Amino acid sequence: MKALSRAFMILIFGILYVPMMILVLFSFNKDNSTGSFGGFSLRWYGELFSNADAFVALRNTLILAVCSAALATVIGTLAAVGMHKMKNKYVKGAVNSLTNVPMMNPEIVTGISMMLLFVFVGGMLHLTNSLSFWTMLIAHTTFNLPYVILSVMPKLRQMDKHLPEAAMDLGCTQLQAFFKVELHQILPGIITGAMMAFTMSLDDFVISLFTSGIDFQTLPIYIYTMTKKKVTPDVYALFTLMMAIIFLLMLLIQLRRSGESSKEKNGGKG
Amino acid sequence: MNKNIAEAVPPPERKRVKLPIFSEIAAVPHMVWLALFVVLPLIFVVYYAFTDIKGDFTFANIAALSQHAGTFLTSVCYALIATAICLLIGYPLAFAISRASAKRQGLLIMLLMIPMWMNLLIRTYSLMAILDDGGIINGLLSAVGLPELHIIGTAGAVIFGMVYDFFPYMVLPIYSVMTKQDTRLIEAAYDLGCNRLSAHFKVTLPLSVPGIVSGITMVFVPSISTFYISQKLGGGTKELIGDTIERQINNPATRNVGAAISLVMMILILISVTVMNKFSDDDDKGGVII
Repeated sequence: MKALSRAFMILIFGILYVPMMILVLFSFNKDNSTGSFGGFSLRWYGELFSNADAFVALRNTLILAVCSAALATVIGTLAAVGMHKMKNKYVKGAVNSLTNVPMMNPEIVTGISMMLLFVFVGGMLHLTNSLSFWTMLIAHTTFNLPYVILSVMPKLRQMDKHLPEAAMDLGCTQLQAFFKVELHQILPGIITGAMMAFTMSLDDFVISLFTSGIDFQTLPIYIYTMTKKKVTPDVYALFTLMMAIIFLLMLLIQLRRSGESSKEKNGGKG
Repeated sequence: MNKNIAEAVPPPERKRVKLPIFSEIAAVPHMVWLALFVVLPLIFVVYYAFTDIKGDFTFANIAALSQHAGTFLTSVCYALIATAICLLIGYPLAFAISRASAKRQGLLIMLLMIPMWMNLLIRTYSLMAILDDGGIINGLLSAVGLPELHIIGTAGAVIFGMVYDFFPYMVLPIYSVMTKQDTRLIEAAYDLGCNRLSAHFKVTLPLSVPGIVSGITMVFVPSISTFYISQKLGGGTKELIGDTIERQINNPATRNVGAAISLVMMILILISVTVMNKFSDDDDKGGVII
């Protein structure tokens, strides 16, 4: 029974990992082939780094990820603080469920619905290009917001609500109490939320596809265009680098999370 | 100074000026954002679905849906099959992981989550590179003298792609429900005469229903709306509803039809998710009564 379940796990994880491993392997291929391995070389990484289009796409992706994560973190943290204090349960319920709409809806519907809005508004303003960096920023911030709110909310719930009151008893104004006590308490959640938002933005393809214009394209869109044709191993090198970046970011987020939970277990309330 | 004043004032009279920014008002930017960029866009889907290219009201887009009924049905079938396969493999895997030692559980869940983080395009493409006519599998087959297989472009390849891409989304929710279960319930079932199998089906399985339901939702929704998987693994011959939507919406002349298809898809998904959630809620209550 035990051997059977172990064999089952190895089989499933094998199927899950082998395709990606092969892709990584072929990014180091000496030959210009994605079918047979001729020997180890960094040739395709060299070619990738001399590819100007890929670099523009990478730069765009990073700019967009930083901006949308920052915007979502500010709006999302404020939203979490506000939603935590909401008393009217109907308003709270409505805001809560609307917040989750971008996570529940199929990505293609979220992408299309925003595109239709942007195209309509662009048509009203007689813009030649209604889709741009700004429409992508709006779209990415929208799907990032739930991740920030879901990371900050639990920290607010865990926080002893008497702490800000104690700070005010000790002479803080409400503003000082927020920045010295409350913000300090929820900061781990805010940072995790910001990192999640950054990663989600880096990784997004479907919503980006519908909200991007011709003059601002991100890496996933670039990959989409590249894979419409037969690809060369330098695209594999790009894949490998992207996987490495996302992997490191998510690993960091996970380590932070497990660090926090063990801190809570050990520390308790001081 | 301030401290002394605070101490001097007796508690009931201690009234503070509450700055609105730290109350519910803080959520206002988010609420405005939701209204503008979540609710309004969805209204625009409805608007486009019921208007023609000039902006006049029409039912023509809805009527045109019948042309795409076949594609829709194919998508539903593929997504259902993929979801069923994910459940059949995912449930035992979640169970096996939840029974492993605590240290190993962490590692296995990590291994399951890593592919989930990787870009969907890359994962799908890696699968195509293997299954393709000149790919690894066919290379291996011809090396041992077997005839090559034409895999890309078959329904099986598309469904396999869906399972491969979304499988972890089935395992994680089931696993998280299973680890929260009280193991004493199983012991109680043994005491009451159950064997391992009947204890599983009478205790573990019913208690896992909420996880199964969210797993099904998390696999079915992206499967039915995908277009990249069918483009790459369907070899351009297997069109799914996602492909139809993408094509129609990107052409200004057929944009309104695309909006109508998205609207119908969204409503169908909404209904099935609501029904599913109700089902799991009812079972939750049933579980408590038992």
